[in-house]
Amino acid sequence: MHPEATTGAGPAAQRAGTDAEHRAVAAAPGSPLIELRGVTKVYGSGSAAMHALRGIDLTIGAGEMVAVMGPSGSGKSTAMNILGCLDTPSAGSYRFRGLDVDAMSRDQRALLRRHALGFVFQGFNLLARTTALENVELPLIYHRLPAAERRGRARAALAAVGLTGWEQHTPAELSGGQQQRVAIARALVTDPDVVLADEPTGNLDSARSREIMDLLRAMNREHGITVVMITHEPDMAAYAGRIVHFLDGLVACEAAPVADSAAAHAGADTGAPAPGTGRR
Amino acid sequence: MLGNSLLLAIREIRRNVLRSFLTILGIVIGVAAVIVMVTLGQGATAQVKTQIESLGSNLLIVRPGQRMGPGMSADAARFTLADVTALRREVPSLAAVAPGTSQSMTAIVGNENWSTTVTGTDNAYLLARNWTLAAGRAFKDGELRAGKAVCIIGATVRKELFGAQNPIDQRVRLKNLSCEIVGLLQDKGQSSMGMDQDDLVLMPIRTVQRRIKGDQDVDVIYLSVRAGRSMDRTIADVERLLRERRHIGPFDEDDFSVRDMREITNMLAGTTTVLTSLLGAVASVSLLVGGIGIMNIMLVSVTERTREIGIRLAIGAREDEVLLQFLVEAVVLSSFGGLLGILLALGTSLLLAGMLGVPFILDGGIIALAFLFSAAVGIVFGWVPARRAARLDPIEALRHE
Ligand SMILES: Nc1ncnc2c1ncn2[C@@H]1O[C@H](COP(=O)(O)OP(=O)(O)OP(=O)(O)O)[C@@H](O)[C@H]1O
Ligand SMILES: Nc1ncnc2c1ncn2[C@@H]1O[C@H](COP(=O)(O)OP(=O)(O)OP(=O)(O)O)[C@@H](O)[C@H]1O
Ligand SMILES: [Mg+2]
Ligand SMILES: [Mg+2]
Repeated sequence: MHPEATTGAGPAAQRAGTDAEHRAVAAAPGSPLIELRGVTKVYGSGSAAMHALRGIDLTIGAGEMVAVMGPSGSGKSTAMNILGCLDTPSAGSYRFRGLDVDAMSRDQRALLRRHALGFVFQGFNLLARTTALENVELPLIYHRLPAAERRGRARAALAAVGLTGWEQHTPAELSGGQQQRVAIARALVTDPDVVLADEPTGNLDSARSREIMDLLRAMNREHGITVVMITHEPDMAAYAGRIVHFLDGLVACEAAPVADSAAAHAGADTGAPAPGTGRR
Repeated sequence: MLGNSLLLAIREIRRNVLRSFLTILGIVIGVAAVIVMVTLGQGATAQVKTQIESLGSNLLIVRPGQRMGPGMSADAARFTLADVTALRREVPSLAAVAPGTSQSMTAIVGNENWSTTVTGTDNAYLLARNWTLAAGRAFKDGELRAGKAVCIIGATVRKELFGAQNPIDQRVRLKNLSCEIVGLLQDKGQSSMGMDQDDLVLMPIRTVQRRIKGDQDVDVIYLSVRAGRSMDRTIADVERLLRERRHIGPFDEDDFSVRDMREITNMLAGTTTVLTSLLGAVASVSLLVGGIGIMNIMLVSVTERTREIGIRLAIGAREDEVLLQFLVEAVVLSSFGGLLGILLALGTSLLLAGMLGVPFILDGGIIALAFLFSAAVGIVFGWVPARRAARLDPIEALRHE
């Protein structure tokens, strides 16, 4: 599976980068991993203003696996971009490990994304005219890993999503599902603290989807990687420990997944691990 | 970090070979133009030098005093004919040794008069100064020894006093001396220094000494160095002999000067150097244009690759890393252009040098300079696009289609 799955070493030990970069994104002790308070997002202004988020309160603990559901246009991707430190809220606060993200500089947020976050975009966002292997290597380049290690880890990540043999294909030569899996491999290759996945199985058939969900759940359980994923499919949401429903830019309700559904697909005893059962 | 940027830059350039090549074409041409201009210019300079040397660079002029021309120190003793004889005898690398003593005088023939310079010398003067006779003859030994009133005139003097008439065997009056014209010099034309070389009258030196100036002095000695003999060694030999004859102590300065034509050579070479720099400057304008070409393409590239930049920022690239990547890309492009330009320049200058018959002289300095300049062009003109890329907002960039 994932390279670290075989060695058993934790992500923190494996993570590359300088100490200074780590200190820049070090946690404030005793805080939840992710904490949104009254977050709003308004696009445009005046009469044309579009309120994508109207005041989101959301707390996600380290080691949780959370599914976000809701109708199209309800603000899921918008919220995800804010969680991923790509976008800033119009109002409200976002704390990551107790650190005020809004107060961070551009570079600090970049380092947070580099070392703590892995993003799977709704539209994949792979580099065109660039092979699958190079796409997956890209985050590791910014981790300044030696070329051989970089290549090895990228190959292992591609193998984990079932793309062995496709390393030298460019996105244009890959099917939609294959591109999606390259995007997932790229998010996982740095062994992040949090994986934010915007419809990671949106282009996959149900068998492939279950493989990917198994992979994400394994990352969550064995490495304590926090997973936040958007999905429209209840079957996939059932893999999560918690489901957050969005409606018109608000959190409509939070619920535990339907237990039997998750158990049926996962073949696991509970299917819904309690928050905090991960390594951290 | 630099290594990574280099890697990314090379990947990007490889992905767009044709465009990369077209981008750097301006730099290639600019660098090539500068190097070709300078190389050919230096070749031309060298050629001018060799031409001057072949014309008369084997001429040495010895004068008393340390300064040439009117500022001669008055106290330095003149030379004598004995010095001339000694030089002839003891410096074998000299082809000709001619004494000279000159006086400005008015020459009169009938109603015509013309102010000119009368130089007392002997036949060695013709050899040393590269004169040939257009008509008549040189001085006879008897005329030289006895100081007869005979003269050889230059083309200008002949024209002014005789017009188209034959001057040979005519008489010219110089002050109270009536002088028979025995020879006419072939005209040389205007000299490069702006003096009329053909405005002269030659007389046996004894005639001038006794009957015009009334002294025994030799003002100047003209020496011609044998072909193939070292100029510097001959000068040293002449100096040693003259120091000895003039009793100059080992620690005293010379009280005479030996000049060769190299000063004039250097002056002319200086002119071509100025010309070379001028051409080089014009050529470097094309380097500037090449740089603007790079900036243009890099700006297009940043717009085109906005999404890519967004992806890089999203996975954790910092501003300075994106900046460096684009800057390195520009520098790699432009210095690669510089390298190609150098190769093109070498080929072109070899070809042109052959066609123009100019020697091919390679200057490592200008090549290094052109290369460094092309790299600098990358930094200067890559800066604006690179900063624009680095300042992009990640989410805006990701949404860019
Ligand atoms: N850049 C933008 N400018 C203006 N409006 C935007 C922008 N981005 C999103 N929106 C609007 O905000 C609302 C929420 O968008 P968002 O992408 O978060 O929806 P979503 O829940 O992810 O939907 P889907 O499930 O279809 O992906 C939508 O109505 C959308 O039109
Ligand atoms: N341009 C190409 N060069 C090489 N292989 C290609 C190219 N385009 C598609 N393929 C390969 O052909 C196969 C079929 O691709 P296609 O895009 O038709 O799949 P699909 O049925 O649409 O799958 P998905 O449901 O994942 O979108 C895939 O294995 C893909 O990698
Ligand atoms: Mg969305
Ligand atoms: Mg398809």
